[in-house]
Amino acid sequence: MTTAVRLRTWSQRHLLDVDGLSREELETILALAVDMRNARAGREHRSLLEAETVALAFFEASTRTRISFELAAKALGATTVDLGVDRSSVSKGESLVDTLRTLERTGVTTVVIRHSESGAPHLAARETGLHVINAGDGVHAHPTQALLDALTLREFFGSLDGRRIVIVGDVAHSRVARSNIHSLQALGARARVAGPAPWVAEFADWPGVEVATSLEDGLRDADAVMALRVQLERGAESFGDFVAAWRLDEDRMALAVQGAPILHPGPTNEGVELTADLANGPRSLIGRQVENGVPIRMAVLALVCGAV
Amino acid sequence: MRDARFGLLADPPASFVLVGGRVIDPSDGSNEERDIAVRDGLIVEAADDAERIDASGWVIAPGFCDLHAHLREPGTSGTESISSGTRAAAHGGFTTVCAMPNTDPPLDSADAVAAVVAASASARVRVIAAATRRRTGAELTAVEELAKAGAIGVSDDGAAVPSAALTADLLGRLAPLGLPLFEHAEDASVAAGGVMRAGPAATRLGLAPWPPEAEVAIVERDIALAEAAHARLHLTHLSTARSLDAVRAAKARGVAVTCDVTPHHLALTDEWVGGSRRFAWEEPDPRSALAYDGRCRVNPPLASRDDALALLAGVADGAVDAIATDHAPHATESKLVPFAQAAPGLIGLETALGVGLLAVEAGRLGLSTLLAALSTRPAEIVGEKRGLRTGERADLIAFDPTARWRVEATTLASASANTPLVGMELPGVVRITVADGRVTYRS
Repeated sequence: MTTAVRLRTWSQRHLLDVDGLSREELETILALAVDMRNARAGREHRSLLEAETVALAFFEASTRTRISFELAAKALGATTVDLGVDRSSVSKGESLVDTLRTLERTGVTTVVIRHSESGAPHLAARETGLHVINAGDGVHAHPTQALLDALTLREFFGSLDGRRIVIVGDVAHSRVARSNIHSLQALGARARVAGPAPWVAEFADWPGVEVATSLEDGLRDADAVMALRVQLERGAESFGDFVAAWRLDEDRMALAVQGAPILHPGPTNEGVELTADLANGPRSLIGRQVENGVPIRMAVLALVCGAV
Repeated sequence: MRDARFGLLADPPASFVLVGGRVIDPSDGSNEERDIAVRDGLIVEAADDAERIDASGWVIAPGFCDLHAHLREPGTSGTESISSGTRAAAHGGFTTVCAMPNTDPPLDSADAVAAVVAASASARVRVIAAATRRRTGAELTAVEELAKAGAIGVSDDGAAVPSAALTADLLGRLAPLGLPLFEHAEDASVAAGGVMRAGPAATRLGLAPWPPEAEVAIVERDIALAEAAHARLHLTHLSTARSLDAVRAAKARGVAVTCDVTPHHLALTDEWVGGSRRFAWEEPDPRSALAYDGRCRVNPPLASRDDALALLAGVADGAVDAIATDHAPHATESKLVPFAQAAPGLIGLETALGVGLLAVEAGRLGLSTLLAALSTRPAEIVGEKRGLRTGERADLIAFDPTARWRVEATTLASASANTPLVGMELPGVVRITVADGRVTYRS
């Protein structure tokens, strides 16, 4: 089995964050994902991970991320197990580290972990011999979401160099935003965060990030707009005034560069972050984001497991 | 467990001569190469028949006094005891340890205070008793009785005395006793569950931010109340430059306020949570492999680099009265959890000297200033004498300032090993510790 991608740049046995990835490494993942997507579209069978057992350890709810990781692992021939947190020993109070060590002893080689606490995947990587892939930790990082966003945007623009990408909404509580800032900057884009001051102010010290606290300042000269899920479950106080001042619709998108696309990592709060018309309209790349989820996760699994 | 390196305060007084060491005595400012002769626990002119110990290359200083330690006794956690904690003290050069009262049950009665003092083993244990009954912050303890039983101050450490009215009452009762409130300055409502110092690193790491105002608000409140009550106030483990500014201003007005800073708030920074292992005077170097290490979780959280350097400058110019460890032993499993769930605190009795010497090596502190902040100045706060003149009780340490040792669970005398310094080499090997004329540690 060969791929069209040269992999001399890859040396990581985990994917904990995107902040340590160079532009070259990011390009490697994106190129491999395109290759995986083509193979999948052509029903070409790839058995790169036949020797691997991948555990899905989702300590927090997820639909698209969990399912796309499972499909990605299966598409590459891996055995998958779902930890099923609510019916496992975790619900009996077993610690995260003990649970993961148990998985390792049963023959699991790779764990895809989602956890409500920032840094849980780093702990897993330090305390076990497993390959660890971060599927979202607290408000820290969601690397594969950032990668599929990067792929979606790069295919739209061709290159991200010099593009201004604006992330709108509850940035403070968003792991998606943090990971996107890293990956967009590494790929040459300019990152801006926009939202009510309590949700964006702390980003003023982030190197290279512009902060806007009004919709007008936020969308001015925006080449693309990424709406975020308002994280009621992570302490955002209410939708209240947010909808009135910040909900994106076709009229408000006119503040951005003409034709600027809209993205959203999902799941949306219906009618809160953006209108249904915008989400389903011609500017929307939301469907492409979801489509890119499986190929990106195939690429990440293959690279982290050293299979390519 | 018997370990021949350690002695007890109950042992017979020692006789020996330390030959050729550099004697640094902050009590009189002397710094000279001379012999120190000890006979039957007293510093004497000469002790010709006693064992001669070659101390060339060593530094001899007054015994250290830690104003803030958790010995976990009484308690059933197994993370420390008075026995193991005072061995850790002796190994680190401390001859006095002030035990905080947040034990299980808390030290809120005269009997409990007396029992802990009586259990002094390889170092003197002084007790800072609870400020409120059961440490619940509701009702003051019988501070007059606690003082009679030997308490050298009171504290609800782990939390500030919650209300200003209760604090004012407490200071009013402490003033005639001449004892300080040892305040853990943190307004819980402002801290709001923060687990890491607010700042760019906390934003990047996605950890709940702990705003420095949580500390400053209580520091300023307590200074105002202590000033009005003419009472003594000791602010422990300060972690912000603004708190220290408030202390400087209060001292200039003549308020009876003192403060300490821990070695980890002087030398480590919030970047350690992100995986950096560079000290405050070095450029940070975050490394993902070490990020979110629960052993870097402490309250107050590790300071920003600017604040750490400002606090170090405060030690150097004397505004900071003492370096205190906030030695907080925890079981390994309490730290092997996601960062925000880790029990706050790290051990420090055995690493305080080494971390201080790193700051000396980096040119941030003078050696005699460091030794004063660890010995004579904290001792003065608890009413203990320190000095190396003939006729005094021998209460001293000798250490090799250039030899280095590796911090490991196996090299620590503490029953716990929760410090991110594990695996690192520190300068300063303690050769002998003498408390109240008894050899409590000898390597």
